[in-house]
Amino acid sequence: MGMTMTQKILAAAAGLESVEAGQLIEAKLSLVLGNDITSPVAIREMDKMKTEGVFDKDRIALVPDHFVPNKDIKSAEHCKCVREFAKKHDITNYFEVGQMGIEHALLPEKGLTVAGDVIIGADSHTCTYGALGAFSTGVGSTDMAAGMATGKAWFKVPSAIRFNLVGKPSEYISGKDVILHIIGMIGVDGALYKSMEFVGDGIANLSMDDRFTIANMAIEAGGKNGIFPVDDLAIAYMKEHSDREYRIFEADEDAVYDEEYTIDLSTLKSTVSFPHLPENTHTIDEIEAMDDISIDQVVIGSCTNGRIDDLRAAAAILKGKKVAEGMRLIVIPATQAIYLQAMEEGILKTFIEAGGIVSTPTCGPCLGGYMGILAEGERCVSTTNRNFVGRMGHVTSEIYLASPCVAAASAIAGKIARP
Amino acid sequence: MENAKGTVFKYGDNVDTDVIIPARYLNSSDPAELATHCMEDIDAAFVKQVNKGDIIVAAKNFGCGSSREHAPIAIKAAGVSCVIAETFARIFYRNAINIGLPIVECPEAAAGIEAGDTVEVDFDSGMIYNRTKGTEFRGQAFPPFMQKIIDAQGLVNYINENAATNGTK
Repeated sequence: MGMTMTQKILAAAAGLESVEAGQLIEAKLSLVLGNDITSPVAIREMDKMKTEGVFDKDRIALVPDHFVPNKDIKSAEHCKCVREFAKKHDITNYFEVGQMGIEHALLPEKGLTVAGDVIIGADSHTCTYGALGAFSTGVGSTDMAAGMATGKAWFKVPSAIRFNLVGKPSEYISGKDVILHIIGMIGVDGALYKSMEFVGDGIANLSMDDRFTIANMAIEAGGKNGIFPVDDLAIAYMKEHSDREYRIFEADEDAVYDEEYTIDLSTLKSTVSFPHLPENTHTIDEIEAMDDISIDQVVIGSCTNGRIDDLRAAAAILKGKKVAEGMRLIVIPATQAIYLQAMEEGILKTFIEAGGIVSTPTCGPCLGGYMGILAEGERCVSTTNRNFVGRMGHVTSEIYLASPCVAAASAIAGKIARP
Repeated sequence: MENAKGTVFKYGDNVDTDVIIPARYLNSSDPAELATHCMEDIDAAFVKQVNKGDIIVAAKNFGCGSSREHAPIAIKAAGVSCVIAETFARIFYRNAINIGLPIVECPEAAAGIEAGDTVEVDFDSGMIYNRTKGTEFRGQAFPPFMQKIIDAQGLVNYINENAATNGTK
């Protein structure tokens, strides 16, 4: 029986000729990742292990990004714990404030993730690197600890759902609309335990930043990983950012999929997820037929949508305009390099002149950490990835997930609006 | 492995890790402190009412969202002896096994057990007994590999035991 792209990567990492769905394997890891929330727990677990040091100081990435720059004393202590661990074990890829960025934007940019890799990260959005043709998946702190100690992890080989993307998206339609559409279609557990394998001619019409956004939110459909074929664009990205050798895997022609969907990108509309689940999607056409949904805050950023394409798209809409009266527009470039590029392109000036603020890289508001917490009953249009109860603040506050274009248009209109 | 027995707290679909332990408390990783905020955003009364040994029963996709291991840690530290659900989100599933919080997938039990019922779980046989209603359900057994991790009471002990047999420190 043929293997999916994910199964081929896992078979190679486990040193096996072939694997099949449901099989338990032990795979060698290319990279183990943690952040300032998950790493302290992992470090504590590692201390209990009868192992000496880490498996490879060059293949661990520690990125304090959630509550960084330190939001309070307790967070500062967590960051200190990670910093001291990195120093003790001489971890090559520890990123201090000034070098850091939001982990899933930072690692590909630094060339640490390439096609064919097997990556675990103690952060659920680790699935992002599938955009480059890697197998990457989120785990918890204990798995991270075991990974740092042994360089291996156990996996149950997943079955897969195939998404055949065809056609070209129209103006203002981005990777965010594609993935919100898919989650709306299959639900927040529609890909539970499974791979989401994206194929088709339509992929050529999606930028790398679009693909990162799509792979990033595979977890929001319950997926184990999301993965794209490696095309010329992905190769060009890896050559620009990394000197590591990449390895291209392709699904067998007779690979078996649990389900298959074809999505014509040219038919997609701007899509918004209503509270309190990413699957509660409505198109902008449907929203315009509803009563106005007034908005107090707009957040543009996160591991989902804080990349340069996202900022450019939002700035193009905000150029020469002002945000609505009383609107709080918070823009967070995901990495220092993106921040600098946005500055050089005049994009940050556009945001500030429109009445927005620009923050240093942080996950802050996405998970209700800091930098934009919502009060009782407040509403936010956000380019982030989750709109669960209380995710960004008060339990009665509401998050509407959308693309950077919808977010920018909504900031100007003071309500959810069409770009 | 000893049976779990306790009173049931019942929840619906898609209980996410943000409501199990809100991120505003993730500046701590102390299990006892996390336990005082467990389920706060979905059931503020939970921490006041939960007793040692009690059981959480939920519908599909329990523990979806963030990979924070603080979620199963908070549930375990709150005294919960077992979580039964129709299905679990995969990272939560791994995390629960890795930290030694017993979990059982069983759609029939998830449907046939109500809040306040007294439930007993026999982990060796996989049987779930609703002592209030006098009904019983067969939960899905763990693959042998996962059973070994559970028997070792978590991944760290499992690795330590294997390291000992491998002759490495």
